[in-house]
Amino acid sequence: MSILVDKNTRLVVQGITGSAGGFHARQCMEYGTNVVAGVTPGKGGQMFDGKVPVFDTVWEARQETGCNVSVIFVPAAGAADGILEAVDAGVELVICITEGIPVIDMMRVKAQMAGKKSRLIGPNCPGIITPGACKIGIMPGYIHKPGKVGVISRSGTLTYEAVWQLTSRGYGQSTCIGIGGDPINGMSHLDAVKLFNDDPDTDSMILIGEIGGSAEEEAAEWIKANCKKAVAAFIAGATAPPGRRMGHAGAIVSGGKGTAAGKIEALKAAGIAVAETPATMADTLISRMEGKA
Amino acid sequence: MNIHEYQAKELLQKFGVATPRGKAASTPAEAEQAARELGTDNLVVKAQIHAGGRGKGTFANGFKGGVHLCKSPVEARDLAAKMLGQTLVTHQTGPAGRVVNKVLIAESAEIAREIYFAILLDRATAGPIVVASTEGGVEIETVAEKSPEKILREKIHPLAGFQAHQGRKLAKQLGFETSQLKAAAKLFDGLYRTFMACDCSMAEVNPLIVTPQGEVLALDAKFNFDDNALYRHPELAGLRDIAEEDPREVEASKHGLNYIGLDGNIACLVNGAGLAMATMDIIKFYGGSPANFLDVGGGATEEQVTEAFKILVSDAKVKAILVNIFGGIMKCDVIAQGIIDAVKAVKLPVPLVVRLEGTNVEAGKKLIAESGLPVITADDLGDAAQKVVAAAQGAK
Repeated sequence: MSILVDKNTRLVVQGITGSAGGFHARQCMEYGTNVVAGVTPGKGGQMFDGKVPVFDTVWEARQETGCNVSVIFVPAAGAADGILEAVDAGVELVICITEGIPVIDMMRVKAQMAGKKSRLIGPNCPGIITPGACKIGIMPGYIHKPGKVGVISRSGTLTYEAVWQLTSRGYGQSTCIGIGGDPINGMSHLDAVKLFNDDPDTDSMILIGEIGGSAEEEAAEWIKANCKKAVAAFIAGATAPPGRRMGHAGAIVSGGKGTAAGKIEALKAAGIAVAETPATMADTLISRMEGKA
Repeated sequence: MNIHEYQAKELLQKFGVATPRGKAASTPAEAEQAARELGTDNLVVKAQIHAGGRGKGTFANGFKGGVHLCKSPVEARDLAAKMLGQTLVTHQTGPAGRVVNKVLIAESAEIAREIYFAILLDRATAGPIVVASTEGGVEIETVAEKSPEKILREKIHPLAGFQAHQGRKLAKQLGFETSQLKAAAKLFDGLYRTFMACDCSMAEVNPLIVTPQGEVLALDAKFNFDDNALYRHPELAGLRDIAEEDPREVEASKHGLNYIGLDGNIACLVNGAGLAMATMDIIKFYGGSPANFLDVGGGATEEQVTEAFKILVSDAKVKAILVNIFGGIMKCDVIAQGIIDAVKAVKLPVPLVVRLEGTNVEAGKKLIAESGLPVITADDLGDAAQKVVAAAQGAK
């Protein structure tokens, strides 16, 4: 009852010997994620915590351990190369947590990934979790609960807010994906919506967006035509001043495009229940599922 | 990051883009000297601030216009004296205006035609795109609104780059004469190379002019740089002018805090950009007005929290503060201790509402309860927003 990651996931951690990479690799392992390899150039042959073999390259890690998903904690200057290294090694799903990657680097990554089988989540994202089965990323595991709501978001802590509201009200999650806050990224809202729509164990979705770009509008249009599952949404940034970058490099209203008002209108026009405030994301979905909204 | 017009022109010249000759000056004497060196009696004196609308702006001392034509070095000196050290208010600066610390003394070019030409990063195609128009010299947003059919868009392949034939086609579409084709294409190519080499998110020439003699020149230029890429451009980082920035934002960036000043009276301190924006939104929803955006990030230290508080309380408009933390990696007890230390250090002048959730939340709440500080606690985001709005109104 999930998409993309589950009990069978074999994870490689790129940057496992760094402080963030090491800390979060341990947290993921404690949650039950099957971490089969780590990669740090120059540290091949070491063992991480006496359990996980470290390799110099993702290519070797893939050959030796059959890892099929990678998570990247490499610093920004080397992260784009890290993504392409995982893609080159044939890793099926690459999740890049790193924030602060120059956008021109991501432009080149995206162009080079065209036509490849690998999928990318992020960068600048909290990662992905299938509660009770597999946690890959920096989200706190305990706020989640296995269930049937799919959660998709551009923001980390706002996702935790939505997940916590769901869990507190007794609603579990099938999978939660943070797609990241950068202007050029891998998986879009729409890509994730399609996967959740095809997943028989996901019965509803919460879509969390923010100002900038038009990814939420594209997802809304597809949902209107193709999706029968209950969907609730929230868009952050209604009060953000135009032309200013609100923390996330992608969260900027430019030339009157990408406003919260425009996105909310598109979502509502697609029959999606839009939460008025971030405090009511779960309640808005629950009302919709119960046929009240 | 933004830079001044004179810096933008110097940058463009390095990439072979033709601009009118000119030099920046910090004193009236320098202005006179720069004008003499130009050796022409067609001069222009332009106030250098990071805001548009300079020509139609007014100085706080009553002097009108931040852009003036003149005929001699002595006139240039007198004009510079009226601008330097003075505050220029334009429709983009807000009522506070900006102090002019430099003027650009340049050869004034005669204009036969004005074109708009910009390169920016297009999210939809995940690559650079040229946006151009025959309607130069006005803001492109105005053109987009009034005559959208006059805006050209040309995609650039992210890996192959800007092609020579694209430059020739754009030149024709923008109405350049055959004799001007080469010069126009050279300017477009130079702008593209600047865009890529300097990690720009936008490079705009407006207006790009054609003189009566058929010369093609970049008359004014504006750049936005990708902050994430500044680490590999020390030469650009040196162009930053912190006098042009909000002092609160400058102070915050020194401590690794992501702060944007706004006009309201409720300060917020939040972890995570999305949650920080959403917190501003919910304050507004309940009738309040946020004083700032502040993301302390996922791994803030007690010291950073203290610095953040200092910045928040330094804003005289602030009537109440909301702390909204969803502890993931960040532990609530660490944040709570940071808040307690900060409140003791800065002697809180306004009501403080704290909402904590997530990792070690019970320990965090206990610390605050036992601290004896006058903190208003809230159980969830909605409760917190309503309490802080009420506190700000009560404090008025």
